[in-house]
Amino acid sequence: MSSVEFTVNGRSVRVEAEGGSPLLSVLRDELGLRGAKFGCGTEQCGSCMVLIDGEPAYSCTHEIGTLTGRAVTTIEGLSRDGALSPLQQAFLDEQAGQCGYCLSGILIAATALLKKKPKPSRADIVEALDPHLCRCGIHNRVVRAVQRVSGA
Amino acid sequence: MIANTLPLSLTDNPILSQWIAFEPGKVRIATGKVEIGQGILTAMTQIAAEELDVRPDQVRIVSGETDVSPSEYFTSGSYSVSVGGAAIRLVCAEVRSILLDKVAEALRCPVGELSVEEGQFLRSGKATGRDYWSMAPAINLDRRASGTAPTKSPSKYKIVGKSLPRLDLPAKVKGAAFIHDIAVKGVVHARMLRQPWKDARLASLDEAAVCKAAKAPVEILRDGEFVAFTGDNEQAVVRAAEAARELARWEGGTPAPDGIGSPEWLKAQPARSRTVEQGEKGRVPSRPLGRTVTARYSRPFLTYGSIGPSCALAEFKDSALKVWSHTQGPSILRDWLAKALGLEARQVTVLHRQGAGAYGHNTADDCAFDASYIAMKMPGRTVRVQLAREDEFLSAPISTAMAIELTAVLGADNKPADWQIEIWSPPHAQRPGMNGNSNFISAAALPNPPPMKELNDVPDERGGGATRNGYAIYDLPRHRLTHHLLPDAPLRTSSLRGLGAWANVYAIEGFIDELAEIAGEDPVTYRLSLLSDPRPRKVIETAAQMSGWFDKKNLPEGHGRGFGFARYKNIAAFVAVVVDVEVDEEVRLKRIWAAADAGLVISPDGAKNQVEGGVIQGASFVMKERVRFENGRVAAKTWEDYPILRFSEIPEIDIQMIDNPNEPTLGLGEGAVGPTGAAIGNAVARALGKRVRDLPLTRDAIMDTLLKE
Repeated sequence: MSSVEFTVNGRSVRVEAEGGSPLLSVLRDELGLRGAKFGCGTEQCGSCMVLIDGEPAYSCTHEIGTLTGRAVTTIEGLSRDGALSPLQQAFLDEQAGQCGYCLSGILIAATALLKKKPKPSRADIVEALDPHLCRCGIHNRVVRAVQRVSGA
Repeated sequence: MIANTLPLSLTDNPILSQWIAFEPGKVRIATGKVEIGQGILTAMTQIAAEELDVRPDQVRIVSGETDVSPSEYFTSGSYSVSVGGAAIRLVCAEVRSILLDKVAEALRCPVGELSVEEGQFLRSGKATGRDYWSMAPAINLDRRASGTAPTKSPSKYKIVGKSLPRLDLPAKVKGAAFIHDIAVKGVVHARMLRQPWKDARLASLDEAAVCKAAKAPVEILRDGEFVAFTGDNEQAVVRAAEAARELARWEGGTPAPDGIGSPEWLKAQPARSRTVEQGEKGRVPSRPLGRTVTARYSRPFLTYGSIGPSCALAEFKDSALKVWSHTQGPSILRDWLAKALGLEARQVTVLHRQGAGAYGHNTADDCAFDASYIAMKMPGRTVRVQLAREDEFLSAPISTAMAIELTAVLGADNKPADWQIEIWSPPHAQRPGMNGNSNFISAAALPNPPPMKELNDVPDERGGGATRNGYAIYDLPRHRLTHHLLPDAPLRTSSLRGLGAWANVYAIEGFIDELAEIAGEDPVTYRLSLLSDPRPRKVIETAAQMSGWFDKKNLPEGHGRGFGFARYKNIAAFVAVVVDVEVDEEVRLKRIWAAADAGLVISPDGAKNQVEGGVIQGASFVMKERVRFENGRVAAKTWEDYPILRFSEIPEIDIQMIDNPNEPTLGLGEGAVGPTGAAIGNAVARALGKRVRDLPLTRDAIMDTLLKE
């Protein structure tokens, strides 16, 4: 067991965990942040995506031991004081969801994209979201939601 | 008009209080149907609010909790709104009417002077000081529904027919809304070791090595071929299961044979066959006949592949078993858990909690059984079973391969004078309880499992399994369908969105295009010449118009445009789809248009979302998906082995719902899948000049077709 200090959604945390534990399990089980999802465990579906220092990262394979001093953002960190982020609101406005299991990861990836490129083209959005699998078929609604918030 | 015979959900649950109760400030509506991603709980809320004249936020839905909810079989087959919703409509209309009578009696006025607004009773538009909640104690809802109270005319609808935002989405954009997210203090984590094939026996498992690999204490629970790893430390349990998968040696049983699922394999299996004839019987009439045309189509095995592997929780305390599951049939699951575990049904409560989208029989019920079985060994503890992605591919109920042969004899007018379809397929439904089997995968792994009862497919009168949409909807003077049910496939074949429908539609709509080509006719014109019913004609014409089908623009080299049409189950929604593709070595979707008629639409935006989802999933099915087998077992372990359609492969999709509010609501969720696949197949055939009849439409299939003379 080792002690790892990092920030999650702007808050400093210290966890005692085996260094090899995936960030996803620490977030969900130790920190009670159950928004990031387990999907495949092999970086193939995107449902576990979080931001590490602002970059999208697969929390299912990221080992907790590598996170000392780094800043993690999960879907719980997108809303402020219970108010949805403009992107989350745009997903509701476009009704971009069916079962919703993939949404957490997709919202994270789209947040990172918009930070880097506030006015992304359709191709930019598709490229950023291509690592994410959705089985229900909400892809085009998701693209529209991202376009809506970027004013494109 | 809205249905005037009682919907099945209501005849099965005839007491008003099974459906409705008044709570402070809210009307509680209970449903046995569950949210599996289609937005049906929002639609149910709209129906109830409309009929009761309350605001949607005054309705609280309780879904799939067996201690409260009516028993409504499975949430499947696009029946939820058309059957479950119809029951809620009748119940709400009746309760409103009973309470109106009570108010009229109390105020000594004619009922005609009364109305309801947000649950308040008004007399000639003025407040009476009475509402549902103050009046409810005066009536007894423990009475049979008559189903005869008049329902609102659709022309007066204010809530139904408008796009109410999905009630479940706000929680889902914030993250934690699923069964997977239920946190229980002191939970026992469990992972399973699945048999790699039917009846496989665990010849050896080095338990010491498994425990060592876990790096922290885990228990191994082994009973026959049922093997579970449990413990407080989830990561240790995961490591144990991963190690065990590598270490386990299996023998015996029935490994999947080479070639399983190919048309040749299917046609060589023992079959129970039956033939259904429609129209003119006997010999083909001696009117001048043209060519005889024959074609064989096939589809491979598919898996439902939802993004979140299944999960269940169970707790056994004081002789009562409580199970949290994302099952599609909570009351059926309760009954069959009880049977399989030697309990009385009243000892078991199943509480539905949402999982990742289910598009058919998934592993939710299996996990519920696993968690329950383990929980009964650890009374008082809550047990949480979570499947690994690999377990999902390996042991999920599988959507079966099919072979479909079509033969038509053309008349002098180039229309089919004789039409025959032959379908070879294992059954499409082995959910819990079907055919009298529990169908829990682990129940068969325990010592001395109950013998399997004979397998049947879904009967035609309930939509059919392999025969679903096998009966061509066109005006055909003679129609003969032969169904070869293959009951001995060594796999748990079960339901995936549409069951046999989408493969039959792929075959029939492909074949119709083949006949049109022989007739020298445009495919849409040819279809219309075989359809006298104005309703499907309008759907077809709408899709043609949306896409500019008759504008006859020349598409560039390597591009093709295709058409597909079906009425789901021949009784549900009508959907027509046009697809533009570009084909070189691979198929690329360029643009899709879909038109649908689902009668009265409860939520137009929800309906469009369903059609679009069906389009995308239908495209994924025919373009990409196939479960392969290797060494007797499913070869797919990760998404790399079982690709599905991605963001970058999905084109712009236009959808138009045909407004038909005076017709009953028709099941829509599965309607777009078949026509989309068919339209893609037809577009690819036009682009290539050759037809790919064996799915999926992968690069290999394209190359094989091009090389074949």
